[in-house]
Amino acid sequence: MGKEMESPKEQSSYTVEQLVAVNPFNPEILPDLENYVNEQVTSQTYSLDANLCLLRLYQFEPERMNTHVVARILIKALMAMPAPDFSLCLFLIPERVQMEEQFKSLIVLSHYLETGRFQQFWDEAAKNRFEQAIQAYATHLLSLSYQKVPRSVLSEAVNMDGASLDKFIEHQVTNSGWIVEKEDGSIVLPQNEFNHPELKKNTGENVPLEHIARIFPILG
Amino acid sequence: MTTTYDFEDTPSNYDDVQRQGGQDAVYDPNFVPDSVKSFVVHMYRHIREKNVYEIHQMCETSFQTLSERLFKDTPWPSVEAIAPYVDNDHVFCLLYREMWFRHLYARLSPTLKQRIDSYDNYCSLFQVVLHGVVNMQLPNQWLWDMVDEFVYQFQSFCQYRAKMKNKTEQEIALLKQNDKAWNVYGVLNFLQALVEKSTIIQILEQEKEGLEQFTATDGYDYSGGSNVLKVLGYFSMVGLLRVHCLLGDYHTGLKWLQPIDITQQGVYISVIGCHIATIYHYGFANLMLRRYVDAVSEFNKILLYIYKTKQYHQKSPQYEQLLKKNEQMYALLAVCLSLCPQTKLVDESVNSQLREKYGEKMMRMQRCDDEEFGIYDELFSYACPKFITPSAPSFEEPLVNYNQDAYRLQLKMFLYEVKQQQLLSGVRTFLKVYSSISLAKLANYMEVDEPTLRTILLTYKHKTHSVGSDGKVISNADIDFYINNDMIYVVESKPAKRYGDFFLRQIAKLEGVMNDMDRIKLE
Repeated sequence: MGKEMESPKEQSSYTVEQLVAVNPFNPEILPDLENYVNEQVTSQTYSLDANLCLLRLYQFEPERMNTHVVARILIKALMAMPAPDFSLCLFLIPERVQMEEQFKSLIVLSHYLETGRFQQFWDEAAKNRFEQAIQAYATHLLSLSYQKVPRSVLSEAVNMDGASLDKFIEHQVTNSGWIVEKEDGSIVLPQNEFNHPELKKNTGENVPLEHIARIFPILG
Repeated sequence: MTTTYDFEDTPSNYDDVQRQGGQDAVYDPNFVPDSVKSFVVHMYRHIREKNVYEIHQMCETSFQTLSERLFKDTPWPSVEAIAPYVDNDHVFCLLYREMWFRHLYARLSPTLKQRIDSYDNYCSLFQVVLHGVVNMQLPNQWLWDMVDEFVYQFQSFCQYRAKMKNKTEQEIALLKQNDKAWNVYGVLNFLQALVEKSTIIQILEQEKEGLEQFTATDGYDYSGGSNVLKVLGYFSMVGLLRVHCLLGDYHTGLKWLQPIDITQQGVYISVIGCHIATIYHYGFANLMLRRYVDAVSEFNKILLYIYKTKQYHQKSPQYEQLLKKNEQMYALLAVCLSLCPQTKLVDESVNSQLREKYGEKMMRMQRCDDEEFGIYDELFSYACPKFITPSAPSFEEPLVNYNQDAYRLQLKMFLYEVKQQQLLSGVRTFLKVYSSISLAKLANYMEVDEPTLRTILLTYKHKTHSVGSDGKVISNADIDFYINNDMIYVVESKPAKRYGDFFLRQIAKLEGVMNDMDRIKLE
């Protein structure tokens, strides 16, 4: 059998990431993975692979599922937006678990974010937890969509106004190339290929080197 | 076209083998007809002589012919009965049993005991291979069939086990006793072990740098060694993709497939069943990950390939399965294109087939009314993998059937996503007609207020722009826009003329023609 049985002493010398890469189908790593989730929360790091591995183990042995840990995984996934990590996790969580209150409200929050309803999101969310991550997602989405965005729209999206919004905008002006229009206070977002179609590279013409390499024998 | 999501598993009785098959078929496991005697003797010799071609012929043709003629609804003779004709060779017996069970599953309904025995046989067979003592060369078709069947029997067992309601007491007792059989950890660890022990990932890496030969020889070993472990390891990566899709873990499934570059030739193409299974699961996983363009491109390629080559597989035992997967992939393609209308990615011949099968349904799916959910449901249910619940059942009363739970969850999640995208087709219709339009005006046409329209537009952007694992944003949108304060400006992406690709293809083609001409001997 391929399952590696290591003594606890040897196991602790592997990092969790290594365990997930090398020995993912091993029920003994479940406690390590649970601890790792807590570590991700406190140290503000994130590992999709490790969390999916844990959700899979919960799927294999539902009696060992710890719903608090699952909730934390979902919150972390929510903060990874625009990546689809939240759905990826939900695919692995049984329906009856998803019906519990704490999960229902997280699913609602995800729904608001998936459909750009930032005002409703900020009304519902425990703000401190999500602030930075979701503000980043909000600015990402606005940058895809707007060349110039009205101040009110930005304010709603990042859940700030007045002095704190000014500070936020100032920070972005310095670091992300935002420009404030003097007349109406609207914000000019940095140019990219999504809000400035003329910048879109004609990717159709790029022929990768590997493809050319395939005909070297013919040309040679 | 039916919406059946029903695993065709008739309730099996805990019964002995004598009662298998038709009522009148009296099966004597110890009776070995002469043709079978001859079959095993020849097969044994071909395996010892590493005559891959002959082995392949016997598996694909002779075995099927004999099954059709003598074993239409009974199993083949037992392994104990044929063992004397093959020197009681341990490995040959394991291989024979593998075929024996595969035949059973295909023609008859396995009992619980038989399911357990088959798992034990796979364990023994894989152990032998993993210990590296195997010196055979076996045809890729057979090696693929082993992995494919292994995963299939696992899926079948999970479905069987989840139907607790009508289980007899003996069945329940047997299930409790044999909790290791078809245990999800066992299955996954075997597949992983095959991948690791074969070092196939490193082999593929080194092949890119010209330090190894694998794809060039189709995985066969021409220096006197064995192809079995390497090729089983290779096919196990596809096996792992498949199992992860059955569990609903699409992200990790695709990770297991990563060492195989599906834009290139590879050993996965050497067996049509493998090629189709790979692309089907790759496409489905990408559909669930909202990477519609990737899914459409790959479905298009494989459907075109099947269209051109299926005539060559008409006699093959895999033909029916090939046709079924073909139909399912058309359904998935219809779904993908309804969510992400990029018809320019689809070849003309595939497109015309698609219109024929699903033209009307696609039109209905792209309307933003509630009727569309029924069609999305229908096509998804028809084409999706047979999702499983991997955990052991609860033996507490009352016993229930929970074999549909996994499927229902995936369907629910999928329809949830469709619902979030419901309004997008409405936006698309308007964006197609205008080059620029004020938010107020569009809100008016769509009968929503402005703030709601802004959220709809943001949703459109979000759903049509996926973020890769490297953080890069890729646009799936056929119609795109940007907003300047209160005005929407529409951008239509022009189809890129791929001159570079065209020239590369023609160069290779011309070279092929010149080579062919060189080969012609003038009489």
